[in-house]
Amino acid sequence: MAANPVIGGDITKRKATPYIFVAPFFVLFLTFVAWPLCHSIWLSMHDTIGLESRVFVGGQNFVDLAQDASFWQSCKNTLVFTLSSLFIQLPLSLILALVLNSKRLRGTLFFRFAFFSPVLVAGVFIAIIFGLIFNHEYGLLNHLIRMRWVMAPLEFLGVPALLESFGVSISSMDWLRDEKLVLSAIVITGVWRWTGFNMIYFLAGLQSVRQELYEAASIDGAGWWHSFVHVTVPGLRPIIVFVVVMTTIGSVQLFDLPYILLGGGGPNDAGLTVVMYLYRTGFQYMRLGYAATIGWALFALVFVLALIQMKSLSRTEE
Amino acid sequence: MRERIRKAGVIGMIIGYVVLSAATIAVLIPLVWMVASSFKTGDEIFSPPASAALARERDPESEGALERLGNDVKFPFLLLRDLIVPESPTFENYRRLFTDLPFGQFFLNSLFISTASTLLTLFFCSLGGYAHAKFAFKGKGPLFAIVLGSMMIPFHLLLVPLFSLMNSLNWFDTFRAIIVPFSASAFGIFLLRQYTRSVPDQLIDAARIDGCSEFGIYWRIILPLVKPALGTLTIFTFMASWNNFLWPLIVLHSDEKYTLPLGLANLVGVYSQEYGMLMAGTLLSTLPIIVLFLAMQRAFVSGITLGAVKE
Repeated sequence: MAANPVIGGDITKRKATPYIFVAPFFVLFLTFVAWPLCHSIWLSMHDTIGLESRVFVGGQNFVDLAQDASFWQSCKNTLVFTLSSLFIQLPLSLILALVLNSKRLRGTLFFRFAFFSPVLVAGVFIAIIFGLIFNHEYGLLNHLIRMRWVMAPLEFLGVPALLESFGVSISSMDWLRDEKLVLSAIVITGVWRWTGFNMIYFLAGLQSVRQELYEAASIDGAGWWHSFVHVTVPGLRPIIVFVVVMTTIGSVQLFDLPYILLGGGGPNDAGLTVVMYLYRTGFQYMRLGYAATIGWALFALVFVLALIQMKSLSRTEE
Repeated sequence: MRERIRKAGVIGMIIGYVVLSAATIAVLIPLVWMVASSFKTGDEIFSPPASAALARERDPESEGALERLGNDVKFPFLLLRDLIVPESPTFENYRRLFTDLPFGQFFLNSLFISTASTLLTLFFCSLGGYAHAKFAFKGKGPLFAIVLGSMMIPFHLLLVPLFSLMNSLNWFDTFRAIIVPFSASAFGIFLLRQYTRSVPDQLIDAARIDGCSEFGIYWRIILPLVKPALGTLTIFTFMASWNNFLWPLIVLHSDEKYTLPLGLANLVGVYSQEYGMLMAGTLLSTLPIIVLFLAMQRAFVSGITLGAVKE
C-alpha cells in the first residue's frame, strides 16, 4: 500500500511529507478539541461567575447537579423527546421505506424528494414555520383539528375526552403556552423534520437485502408477514442499530427547535432540554464551571443510552 | 388463485399510494404554507380566514363562528383554500426584508462563512485523507485512532471550554471564531481516506518518477480523482455551516455580523407579528441549500448512507 521508497529523490523530504499533510488536522484538533476537552474537566471543578472569577470547588458542581431540580426536569424532557423520536419517528420511517421499496409503485422519486425536503430547511426556520402552525388562534393545526372531517374521527376514537381528562380542551389547544402540550408540539415538529431523513437509511438498507432470500421465502410459501419478520428485519438489523443510535444522539442534543418555538424553556420549563439548560447556565447566567459540568452529564447520558442500545440490539442477533 | 394474488396486489398498490399521498400532504403542507404566508400581509396571517367571516355572515349572532364552522361539511375545502392562498399576494415582506432588516448583509455573512468553512475543510481533509491512505509513517495507527475517536465527542461538551478559548484568543464577534475551529472534520478525513485508497498506487509512483513534487501529486493526481467524495463533503459541510445556530448565537454579538438563522431568529423576539417577513426570510435562506442539493443530489445520498450500508 505504501509508495516504494526507492523511487524518486530526497527520502528525508518524503518522510516528512505525510506529517506535513496531516498536520493541519491535528493542529486544529489539539487546539479546538483536545485542549478544550481537558480544560472542560478543569472548569467543571470550579465555580465561575463571568469569565474572570474562579473558585476551586472540587466535585461540588457534580453534587449540586445531582440535586438540581431544573437539571432533572431537562433530563426528563430530553428523554421523553428521545423516546418519542424512537417510537414514533422510526416506525413511520420504516413504513414509508417499505412502501417506497415496492417495485410496483411509480413516481417513487417524487415521493422520496418530498419526504426528504424538511431536512434541507434549517432547524431555526422549521421552528419559525411551526411557531405559526401551532399558533393558538390563527395556526393551521388548530384550524385543521376543528374541521368536522378531522374532529369526527377523533371524537370516534375518544381523543377529546382523553384530552379533557388531562385538562386540555381540544377545540382550543394552546400548543406553545400550555405546559401539558409544549413537549407534544416539539415531538410533532421533530417527527415532521426527521422521518424522511431516516427513511433514506431504511431504503438503502432494504435495497441491500439479498433478493434471493425473498424468492426462497416465497417458494417456501411464506406470506408477506413471514418474509418481513424472517428476511427483512434480520437483513435490516445493522441499519436499525445505526439509525437508532444516530437518532438517540441527535435527539439528546436537541436545542434549536424548542429554543425558538418556546422562546426559552417554555411554561414552567416544560420544554427545557439539557442543551438548553447548559446554554442558559453557561451563556446567560455566565456560570461556566457549572455549565461544563452539565456538558459532562450530557456526555454520560449519550454514552449510556448508546451503550444500552448497542448491547440490547446486537444481543437479539444471536 | 392467481386471480386472488393479482387482486391482493392491486389493493396493496392502492394502500401504498394512499399512505404515500397522506404522508406527502403532511410533509408538504407546512412548506406550502410557509411559501404562501410569505406573500401575505401580517393582518391577513393574523385574522380569521375569509370563510369564517362568511360563516359569521350567515349566522351573525354566533360568537364562536369559527368553532361552529368546523361542523359544516361544505366548508373544509373553502377553509383550507382560504388558509393557504393569499388574498392579495404582495411582495411587501420581501421588500421589507431588505429595507427594515440588513437581510442582504446576513446573506453575505452566511455565504462567506459557509464557503470559507467548506473550502478549508475540503483542503485539510483531502490532504490528511491522502496521507492516511497512501503513506506509511510512524504513529499512523494511533493518529488514525484519534481521528475515529474524535467523531464520538459530542459537540456540546466543547461549547463551554471553546467559549473560554475564544475569550483568551480575543476572537469574540469574529467570523474566524465560526470558521476555524470546525474546519478540520474527522468525518471528512475518514471519508477522504476511504475514497483515496481506491486510487491506484502506480499513478502516484509514475508521477513521482516523472519528478512531480509531493504537493504536486496531491494537487494534480489525487484531487481530481477523489472529486465524488469531495462533492459529498461539500454538501455536508456547507449545509451544517449554513444552518448552524447555537455556536454563532454564542460567539457573535453585533447585528452586522449575524448569519441568516441568527438574524431571523432575532426577529421572532423583536416583532412577534412579523411572520410574513419571517416566512419570506425562511424561503430566501433555504433556496441556496435547495439549489446545492439538486446540483449534488447523488453525492448527498451516497454520503448519508455511507456510514450505514458498508457494514
